[in-house]
Amino acid sequence: MVPFNKLAGIVAPLEALHVDTDQIIPKQFLKRIERTGYEDMLFYDWRYASDGMVPNPDFELNAPRYQGASILLTKDNFGCGSSREHAPWALNDYGFRSIIAPSFADIFYNNCFNNGMLPIVLDSATVERLFTEVRASEGYTLSIDIEAQTVTTPSGEAIPFEVDPFLRDRLLNGWDQIGLTLRHEDAITAYENARR
Amino acid sequence: MKKNIYEKIWDAHVVLDEPGRDTILYIDRHFVHEVTSPQAFEGLRLTGRKVRRPDLTFATMDHNIPTTDRNKPIEDSLSRQQVETLQTNCDETDIVCFNMHDRRSGIVHIIGPELGLTQPGQTIVCGDSHTSTHGAFGALAHGIGTSEVEHVLATQTLLQRKSKSMEVRVEGTLGIGVTAKDIILAIIGKIGTAGGTGYVIEFTGSAIRALSMEGRMTVCNMTIEAGARAGLVSPDEKTFEYLRGREYIPADRSFDELKAEWAQWASDDGAQFDTLVELKAEDIEPQVTWGTSPGMVTTINGRTPVLNELDGDDAKTTAKNALEYMGLSEGECLNDVEINRVFIGSCTNGRIEDLRDAAKVARGHKVSKHIDEALVVPGSQKVKAQAEAEGLDRIFTDAGFEWRESGCSMCLAMNDDRLNDGDRCASTSNRNFEGRQGKGGRTHLVSPAMAVAAAVKGRFCDVRNWEFK
Repeated sequence: MVPFNKLAGIVAPLEALHVDTDQIIPKQFLKRIERTGYEDMLFYDWRYASDGMVPNPDFELNAPRYQGASILLTKDNFGCGSSREHAPWALNDYGFRSIIAPSFADIFYNNCFNNGMLPIVLDSATVERLFTEVRASEGYTLSIDIEAQTVTTPSGEAIPFEVDPFLRDRLLNGWDQIGLTLRHEDAITAYENARR
Repeated sequence: MKKNIYEKIWDAHVVLDEPGRDTILYIDRHFVHEVTSPQAFEGLRLTGRKVRRPDLTFATMDHNIPTTDRNKPIEDSLSRQQVETLQTNCDETDIVCFNMHDRRSGIVHIIGPELGLTQPGQTIVCGDSHTSTHGAFGALAHGIGTSEVEHVLATQTLLQRKSKSMEVRVEGTLGIGVTAKDIILAIIGKIGTAGGTGYVIEFTGSAIRALSMEGRMTVCNMTIEAGARAGLVSPDEKTFEYLRGREYIPADRSFDELKAEWAQWASDDGAQFDTLVELKAEDIEPQVTWGTSPGMVTTINGRTPVLNELDGDDAKTTAKNALEYMGLSEGECLNDVEINRVFIGSCTNGRIEDLRDAAKVARGHKVSKHIDEALVVPGSQKVKAQAEAEGLDRIFTDAGFEWRESGCSMCLAMNDDRLNDGDRCASTSNRNFEGRQGKGGRTHLVSPAMAVAAAVKGRFCDVRNWEFK
């Protein structure tokens, strides 16, 4: 995985509670056996006016001002539902490297880190304020510093966020998780032997 | 120190606990299916890594497979490729795979317990959120993503941070016609779909003890719909009797010895939890979801929300969107809402007891002429065989239901079983998300008995008033 420390990018708003993984990527796209190439399938049922891939003009992410966004701003319990890692894959393929919300579903949250993506939890009031700011100025960007654990607004305000230190270190170093665990293979073998 | 079951299982599976790192937790059982595994096996190939413990890994195909004639090839080429890929991956890595022609095949969360692969005190994972089902046996079981599937294949461990613990206590006796499905929907209605986030739940109380193993599985299955990492029930005599004699229960050990070992996993009397939620069984009525999230649930005699009675703009908008998608008005009573499709099955309600419950209601009745399709999809081939031995299939087909081969089917509609735009379905599955059962389809989650009653009447009705024949 590529080390991930800083990110500055356009913020796109998705103003919905409990966005589930069936909305992030519907099941018909889970039949593929590849790990990439999911960008056109992201938010498929909301994003297109019909199955003909015609963009739905009412879906906010389709607005020209949000093209090229790398930070998604959304609401509580984002990513609830299934464990499909296709959800973070699709978000990543589309260009989102970070998602900001007041809360995330558990499995989705972990899946993000396993793909070098950073879900950031900010309190509801701050998220509300960011929604207002994003809508108020076209080309609104945020700067994320993972090491410093801050999200900085265009006005220079640095908003701190919490993240588990180990998860943070994994992103900063781009660690291969399996490789890291396999360094403790002796401990795994010892555990297996002790239980026999 | 008194420990709850989660603490006991956790402590017994710690391989390595280093400060500042996630715990390396040993995994006793890894279930694999066709949808979330191909990229994991590919990852192993690309890095030259091996499956560490194929003997602890078991695979089946369930999401993509047709529920119609199994002797024909799978028509959808992508589904076929995914199913064939799993078979090849298992063949190459010496993993036992119960393919769709195996009489032991079925939905992964149904066959695990059925084969005795699921046992008390185990850690169990699978690339599927409904892995929580296995918690009914007093196992710590939860869904994982594909990267984690690869991690478990390569290391037989998972990196974990300990969750908080929640006790959900349901005391009392359920009314007639009220089932495990109604208990879990009522719990989700009470704590919300994110109410369990960050927690592992243990279900306790006399109403949970009184449930069969099938009922406990239904409750644990939908724990994920409350956002919790896992849901468990401490093992007891019922758990042990369910497992007696099953294929993968060690035959070289006396069953009494196994029972004694399993019994130790149960929470100690007086064990502590971080949070307690209590429900009275007598207060639980047959449940019906009205919206696009399992938390949007009410009773059969309840009503959809009135928007201006809701607190906050977010709640209003969310409810408004859900009502619009579902084609319902605010303040509408669920009783008498007309449906045109019925689905009985899934890892939530596709077990033999579910089919027995459903057949009791169906016996001697006919599916309403307003219903376009009513499917009964057994959760496994063993469930199917058992139901046929009991003559349940005839009760269903005589009533006008279709009797199918096992699989996930219309729970998530990856195969050909799906709703059309605008269809309204009484479904015994677990998710009523937008488009879950087919784009534009409207799903109402109910118990098997309520689904059959709705099929017969062509509309939702209170199964407590049913005329049994």
